[in-house]
Amino acid sequence: MLHFNLADQYRRGSSRIHRLDPRIKILGAVLFIAAATVMPPGKWVAFGLLFVVTVLVARLSGLGWAFALKRSFVALPFALAAVTLPFTVPGQPIAQIGGFTLSAEGSIRFLTILVKSWVSVQIAILLTVTTSFPDLLWGMRELRIPAPLISIVGFMYRYLFIFADEALRLMRARASRSGAGAGKGGGGLLWRGRVAGGMIGNLTLRAFERSERIYEAMVARGYIGGEIKTMTPPLMTDGDRNALVVWVAYLVMTLLIGFIF
Amino acid sequence: MHFHVPFSPPQLHIPDGFLSAGVSIVGWVLAIAAIGYALRQTRGQFGEKQIPLMGVLAAFIFAAQAINFPVAGGTSGHLLGGTLAAIIMGPWAAVLIMTSVIAIQALIFQDGGLIVLGFNIANMGLITAFTGHFVYMWLKRAMGEGRNSMLAAGAIGAWISVMLGAVATAIELAISGASPLGLALPAMAGVHALIGIGEAIITVGALAFLYTTRRDLLDIGEKAPAQASANWVIVGLVIALVVAVFSFAASPDPDGLERVAENTGFLDRAMRPVYEILPDYTIPFIGNELMSGILAVVVGTLIVFSAAFVIARLQRKATA
Repeated sequence: MLHFNLADQYRRGSSRIHRLDPRIKILGAVLFIAAATVMPPGKWVAFGLLFVVTVLVARLSGLGWAFALKRSFVALPFALAAVTLPFTVPGQPIAQIGGFTLSAEGSIRFLTILVKSWVSVQIAILLTVTTSFPDLLWGMRELRIPAPLISIVGFMYRYLFIFADEALRLMRARASRSGAGAGKGGGGLLWRGRVAGGMIGNLTLRAFERSERIYEAMVARGYIGGEIKTMTPPLMTDGDRNALVVWVAYLVMTLLIGFIF
Repeated sequence: MHFHVPFSPPQLHIPDGFLSAGVSIVGWVLAIAAIGYALRQTRGQFGEKQIPLMGVLAAFIFAAQAINFPVAGGTSGHLLGGTLAAIIMGPWAAVLIMTSVIAIQALIFQDGGLIVLGFNIANMGLITAFTGHFVYMWLKRAMGEGRNSMLAAGAIGAWISVMLGAVATAIELAISGASPLGLALPAMAGVHALIGIGEAIITVGALAFLYTTRRDLLDIGEKAPAQASANWVIVGLVIALVVAVFSFAASPDPDGLERVAENTGFLDRAMRPVYEILPDYTIPFIGNELMSGILAVVVGTLIVFSAAFVIARLQRKATA
């Protein structure tokens, strides 16, 4: 079971990374993950170079070099999907486990997928942690993501914590009224499921009613439809542009190392 | 403020690194087309209420995913929500709602990757919304009006939508070479056959509650002006599936995964306990293991759907 921390993930700061233009950070993170995605399997030097850069960014952002490392295991459970590769990909046998043959090629491919997803998650964490949510939205809009979608996601984020709160209250009410023991509530499985469903139905009504209130409040203040305006962060500086150039050059170099050696 | 919400999302959020670049691009093409069309459709459907309503409902689905119920052995059942959203709001609104949820999960909580986000949206948003909505509408029409027919249609729609999302995920992983199809498909389908039951029970609970308290809300989804365009989505999804299957079959050796798995007997030994429904999860008279594996899943889903459909018809005749 995963415990997520339903708090704003952004850590306030004034480091060079924090101050970078959001567009540069979004583009940089996406290009980094794209580079990791196309890297051929088993190129450990190239993956090492990608990893070094994640540590450097973490250090530069003033969060400490191990910050992203500590939180980067969220994708690990999904590794189960690839765990059979060492047994199913043909190649040099390196070990026998329970009657199955472990191949070198399969193991390399499995480890490659793990490393790819691991460095990608670290960069994604660093993006989230050093960029406030309004800045992220603004950056994505400037990068041509449709404005209505950005407005919807922005709206959602604004009410996310309120609805999480409502959900927690519903769950607390259930816990105090239906005698849930450790790991097992009262009643049969079907009953427990239907109670959870009823709570979600209840939450649906609250969502509808709240959306009506919000809409009426917006109309009262002059809303006539269309996107929601946000404040504009400062313009991109030459330093930001140079940072992107250096970043792209580094990724290209890493890719060349990966593909040539 | 720190909340610790016990939260176990369905294992459909693919992280970066698991899908190849080519597969990721296909996912983005699907997602972008769907989102673009969904934005236009919902503007027509809700007018200037579009943005606040979609945003608030996305926040609601996100929170609803945290409401769980204990199943057994420390695991819990909870909602993915694509079908519930599609039943209440119509499929295009559900695509937007689920896109927002999945995007926030990837951007803020690193639940699912960024480069692979296109297919995460397609699997958990597009596929669940449309299969859920259509199965629900068809079955409800077959069974006629009434509370029980609506609940049964919702349950089957929810189950099938989760199954198809899982099957699509398995196929994408296999094409990317991250997991052999012969293993990923039965494993994903098997696990999600159970997760889908949780989805179905919760969806029924929510629909029952809404039916009792605010029946008018359930009409919004049914009156959603999406029927004609939605048929094209089904056609598109079927074409995408066929192309995926054939591109797979056309490559002489799909990463060698299947063949070796077969040669080493790994498949047989690993999967025997998982599936007893269709022998070895393959259909005997079709030679190619891979093709018949895919077919078996498609046929299995169709059987469940047709059985539900026939029962529904019979029941209606009996009550009529």
